[in-house]
Amino acid sequence: MSFTTSPYLLKDTSVSQVMIQVCIALIPGIAAYVWLIGPAILAQLVIATTAALLAEAAMLRIQRKPLAIFLSDGSAIVTAWLIALTFPPLAPWWLVFTGTVFAIVIAKHLYGGLGQNPFNPAMVAFAVCIVSFPALMSQWPSVGLQMPLVEQINIILGLAPRVDALSGATPLDALKTALKLGDGSVDVAHLLANQDIFGNFAGRGWEWVAGGYLLGGLYLWQRKLITWHVPVAFLGSMTLIAGALWLYSPTQFANPLFHLLSGGAMIGAFFIATDPVSGCTTARGKLIFGAGAGLLAYIIRVFGGYPDGVAFAVLLMNLCVPVIDLLTQPPIFGMKDKA
Amino acid sequence: MLMNLFKFKGGVKPPTNKTQSLGLPIAQAPLPTRLVVPLHQSIGGLPRPVVQAGDKVLKGQLIGQADGWISAAVHAPTSGTVLEVALHVQPHPSGLDALCVVIEPDGKDEWIERTRLDYQAMTPEQVREHLQQSGVVGLGGAVFPTHGKLTASKTVPMEEMVINGAECEPFITCDDLLMRERAEEVVRGIGIFRDLLQPKKVLIGIEDNKPEAAAAMRAAVSALNENFVVVPVPTLYPAGGAKQLIRVLTGKEVPASKRSTDLGVQCFNVATAYTAWRAIAHGEPVVSRLVTVSGNVHTPRNYEVLIGTPMDELLKLATPHPDTDGIVMGGPMMGFLVPNSHVPVVKATNCLIAHSPRIFPPAPPEMPCIRCGSCAQACPHELQPFEMYWFSRAKNFGKTQEYHIFDCIECGCCSFVCPSRIPLVQYFRFAKSEIWAREREKNAADGAKERFEFKQLRDEREKTEKAEKLAKAAAAQTAKKAAEATAAAAAAEATPTETASAPVVVEATPTVPVDAEKDAKKAAILAAMERAKAQREAAQIKNTENLNAQQQRDIAEIEARREVIQPAAPAPVDENKA
Repeated sequence: MSFTTSPYLLKDTSVSQVMIQVCIALIPGIAAYVWLIGPAILAQLVIATTAALLAEAAMLRIQRKPLAIFLSDGSAIVTAWLIALTFPPLAPWWLVFTGTVFAIVIAKHLYGGLGQNPFNPAMVAFAVCIVSFPALMSQWPSVGLQMPLVEQINIILGLAPRVDALSGATPLDALKTALKLGDGSVDVAHLLANQDIFGNFAGRGWEWVAGGYLLGGLYLWQRKLITWHVPVAFLGSMTLIAGALWLYSPTQFANPLFHLLSGGAMIGAFFIATDPVSGCTTARGKLIFGAGAGLLAYIIRVFGGYPDGVAFAVLLMNLCVPVIDLLTQPPIFGMKDKA
Repeated sequence: MLMNLFKFKGGVKPPTNKTQSLGLPIAQAPLPTRLVVPLHQSIGGLPRPVVQAGDKVLKGQLIGQADGWISAAVHAPTSGTVLEVALHVQPHPSGLDALCVVIEPDGKDEWIERTRLDYQAMTPEQVREHLQQSGVVGLGGAVFPTHGKLTASKTVPMEEMVINGAECEPFITCDDLLMRERAEEVVRGIGIFRDLLQPKKVLIGIEDNKPEAAAAMRAAVSALNENFVVVPVPTLYPAGGAKQLIRVLTGKEVPASKRSTDLGVQCFNVATAYTAWRAIAHGEPVVSRLVTVSGNVHTPRNYEVLIGTPMDELLKLATPHPDTDGIVMGGPMMGFLVPNSHVPVVKATNCLIAHSPRIFPPAPPEMPCIRCGSCAQACPHELQPFEMYWFSRAKNFGKTQEYHIFDCIECGCCSFVCPSRIPLVQYFRFAKSEIWAREREKNAADGAKERFEFKQLRDEREKTEKAEKLAKAAAAQTAKKAAEATAAAAAAEATPTETASAPVVVEATPTVPVDAEKDAKKAAILAAMERAKAQREAAQIKNTENLNAQQQRDIAEIEARREVIQPAAPAPVDENKA
């Protein structure tokens, strides 16, 4: 189709601009990450970006699609950054690399490339890696990384031994222990107040990274790149179920704020569940999608076997998108009475 | 006056580009060398030409007679000579030809006799008819014959009449200047509409970026002691769409399936009101209109232009820059590039924009849809454009209709905001035209099928009738033969007795007539076949003699189609069973 039909005026926007905005919105979170957890994340971002662009270029070449246009759309970079930010910061380089290549090749291009993937590629990568390499994917540094950047990079590159300090109990793990014992011998509130890994609200340091994502998410909302529906529904449903269980048994369950600021909740609510390609498109659909993802994420992270549930929650909701969209079509102009 | 305004969902804010053409007052465009006046300048019936080549016409003289109620008359825009009534390219995206009256002006611009009418002394029917005869149509762009909109619904009381002075499309300023310079006549025109429709309220909606126009209209309304309300509406494209403006001013949403009068509301453009007033009070039919000439030109301006003026002659007045590579008729959001620069200005032409890659850069390459939903948020009809796009692309037209493609007003908001630069509206136009084409094809096929089935029934009936006839003939033959045989036998035996003759017949029938009966049957069949053949040939000769090549091709096509349809068509045997 040619440009010779109206409208002749077009808004100054493009897929690249959208993706760049998403990357910009991630910066507060990344800054907090670097400051409080350690600069290793920057190395991971570079590794993931490289992997994504290489995989993207290879897939485009095979399909004979124009390289320049699709490489510069920025979608692969967003996927790469989300992978780097959701993987443990000291995960070995090949894990991040393989995960990213898997996301781009399998989850994105084999489904048809940009705009066609039914599942969020970054979350596919996370799910595949946590199932395949559960130990490596669970090595979250318990406290801020008090080691020089060179040493962190050496660990990532496999040049230094993976020390024990890498695998402390994560805040969410501590909760699971409390729930499993369930006999009052572990008091979550007490735990949160006294263990060094916990900060004011959730995991020490991580709570502020989550705050950074929240800030970036609000920026996306303000720029109208996302609507409020998914984040509000996601965080809302998580708050509701966490609040209900917390009120039911404060010794076994953490308070809602702890959950909102732990693990992938905040980045999931604003950056992952809001992925337009694999998410719902109608307003009511977005509410259902977000609420479902928030609820499932809580259930999986609290009662399931994995350290966090956001990835599986989002993927499960991705499955439901076609049905939700079909059933939530809004009434159109002039047809509202009938609906 | 404070008024509670409503909002419509969606909408976009493209750069308005209106100031360029607002600097100068309306100018009269000079007489062009030639006027090409299309006969079909309104929705509805194609007006019949009532002049022929060589006729002298006066300005305002009828040249096209309205055909049917939804149709409007067409008039000579100036005095001169009719050069031809012929097909010319239309200012339409299709680039198709249509019948036009070509007039060479004599330079005198001499009017027909104009009668000033007092519409208050006329019946509503007379006013409507006069408007139709004067060629008054909606000048907002839809060119629907205005008289057809001036009848209130019988069941729903007319609540509001909405007057559209919003002019939301970028670049266009002709309504703005009309209201600034000729507000009084606009308001008088609105008065005519008001008297015909008797609405409870008259609301004049003007986008709030035209305060001068709104002030002029307010002044005219109060000077004429009217109670019309001039309402500034927020500048948001497409606030000037009839349905959007009705929504903003009344809160009512008119769906595609309903007429606005069914909701007790009707909408007219300000320029339409103006021409209605000129037609009634001055006896001037619509022979000119205001056109904004803007875009890639040196002096953008509004002109009063005779209908039929070639666009390139008009554009020249504004001195287009040398890199101009086309003319857009209408605004940049809903307009189209005209097929060539000589096409005439018509009643729907509110704006000409000189197109150049500098002011309208070519769209970057189309990317895949990322389902971001921007289009759905921008759609003033609350459709899901990206869904319709998938289905249009897949040519799954049934689905596009499920997603209400015919509620799309092609305003272009979705294409405007799409980050993937997908020409969504173009896909929808394509889908709509395909659906219409298929509808026509289906109707044609249904007709053909009906005819075919009828023919089969008729053949069947003829066959049975023939068979019956044959059976009768055979029976008669047999009886005759039998009678002959009996007679022969009787003669041979020469012992005829009244009582013996009967048994003889009974005896004779099984023996003698066996061969005779067979022969008779054979003969009858042969004769019938002969007759049928003769009939067939006769019929064929009747149908196929004196055929031209086109008809022969058509017949071949029909035969081919029959071949295809035949197995699918229900067998007549089944019908008989039933």
